[in-house]
Amino acid sequence: MASIETEIAPRRRALSRALRWMAVHRSIALGGFLVGLIVLAAILAPLIASVDPYAQDLLATMEPPSWAHPFGTDDNGRDIFARVLYGARISLLEVVLSVGLAVIVGVPLGIMSGMSGRYVDQAVMWVMDILFAFPGIVLAILIVSVLGSSLINLLIAIAIFSAPVYARLSRNLTLGLKSMDYVEAAISLGISRRRIMTHYILRNAIGPIIVQSTLTAGTVILSAASLSFLGLGAQPPLPEWGAMMSDGRNYLGLNIYMSLFPGLAIMITVLGFNILGDGLRDLLDPRK
Amino acid sequence: MKAYIAKKLLALPLILIGVSLLVFVAIRALPGDPARLMAGPEATQEAVDNMTRRLGLDRSLPEQYASFAYGAVRGDLGISIKSKLPVVDEIAERLPFTLGLAITAYLLAIGIGVPAGMIAAIYRHGWPDQIVMILAIAGASIANFWLALMAMNTFSVQLGWLPLLGASSWRSFILPSITLAVLPTAVIARMTRSSMIEVMSQDYIRTAYAKGVAPQTIYWSHALRNALIPIITIVGLNFGSLVGGAVVTESVFNWPGIGRFLVDAVRYRDYPVIQGVTLVAVTGVVVMNLLAELLIAVLNPKIRFD
Repeated sequence: MASIETEIAPRRRALSRALRWMAVHRSIALGGFLVGLIVLAAILAPLIASVDPYAQDLLATMEPPSWAHPFGTDDNGRDIFARVLYGARISLLEVVLSVGLAVIVGVPLGIMSGMSGRYVDQAVMWVMDILFAFPGIVLAILIVSVLGSSLINLLIAIAIFSAPVYARLSRNLTLGLKSMDYVEAAISLGISRRRIMTHYILRNAIGPIIVQSTLTAGTVILSAASLSFLGLGAQPPLPEWGAMMSDGRNYLGLNIYMSLFPGLAIMITVLGFNILGDGLRDLLDPRK
Repeated sequence: MKAYIAKKLLALPLILIGVSLLVFVAIRALPGDPARLMAGPEATQEAVDNMTRRLGLDRSLPEQYASFAYGAVRGDLGISIKSKLPVVDEIAERLPFTLGLAITAYLLAIGIGVPAGMIAAIYRHGWPDQIVMILAIAGASIANFWLALMAMNTFSVQLGWLPLLGASSWRSFILPSITLAVLPTAVIARMTRSSMIEVMSQDYIRTAYAKGVAPQTIYWSHALRNALIPIITIVGLNFGSLVGGAVVTESVFNWPGIGRFLVDAVRYRDYPVIQGVTLVAVTGVVVMNLLAELLIAVLNPKIRFD
């Protein structure tokens, strides 16, 4: 008996500690839960959905929700539930590619700009200010009309309008960190500029960059869905949530489920990222 | 302060030159020959060559940019490929619809967002605060075209209370402006709440309480006045996202504004229109941002800018 207790007790203590931590950081717990839900849906889509998201059944079009089709079927008789699940894969891909690209381009530019100062700094920030002047959607439309309407071009466009955020953020972080004693010490020790940028600046700037990435994730999903809805991004039959609603728009009054469920999926995902981002920001910045 | 304003005013043309350069380069990078597009699908080679000369496409790129920029400053944005009408006239015809929608949406957002944020701040951590904050974060997470579709389905298709598409009467304004207002309302509510909370912890507010000033007076005249600066910031600096939202909202509701004009132009590959609308929209956003920054500088000289 005693041995069982000694085994369970620390585990229980760890669990209660985790629960207490989550009670304090409710935003992180809730946001993490919602994002986790979408990640699970994306990974397990083939297991959860019993049907192929592209399989048409022209004998069962525009059906309301039922046991066989929990979210109903669309105009081609495709299962909306399966399409929404597979759509989670596309949305997460949008986040990873667009945010990833924006970080890869924006952060080095910002750090370089902050370290160099003067002319390099002014030139980089001028370009960033120009990109900033565009409403994101308008810049994305301009870029997509040059590159052509496809999901990948749309993601490039979104990365381009998101990159200035990271450039500005990492520039300001660099300016703050540059004057810290340990960085000045490293400079006077003759450590190479590259090493200072990666080991001394980047490592300490990573927290705010992660918070910003989480907050951008929501914007990325909303922008990608908006432009796909307008026909300027993901093209049919891809089960992108915005593109699905673009189909659903033609059947208002006949079948609301084609628009309802993809929109709810967007809301849950974006809500998750936004709440998680808020929580992470509070965690990193205890003053707020 | 004067130096700051001068610096900002000097930066404006620099930004606008950069924006016009970017738009110019993007349009020149578009696939296909604009002269052939303008001349039409059945045009002879001679007609295409004529069009090339008329559009000045046979000149060097710097020359082309100079004439494009000179034209844009004088209000000449070229001719629409689709309608063959001057792009400026086409924009002028549609701009009032977009501005009407944007202004209505902002009025709604301020009218709802500011009181909601104040209530949340006054009842901080209480249930009114929690409800406002939940609604605000939900409002910032909703796809506005989804909300539009749901509202159209309920109020136009099912109940038949409001017109479905277009801008035929004042009732047409209701759904598009509410749709467009959701995001700014959420942002303004959050901003008002946090700036009110910050102001309410200041010494002079405590002094006012101690003097026995009525709480209502403190909220409305002492605290709100100082909380207004961040609100103006948000309204001015978020104008871009409102314009972006208008593009989508106008397309859903078939609203005859410049946002839908832009989306249609991309479908028709109407390059002069894409170029013109983008320039007008970005100039509007840049000017609004500048006005917000200057207003803040005037209202609160203590804020330092770099």
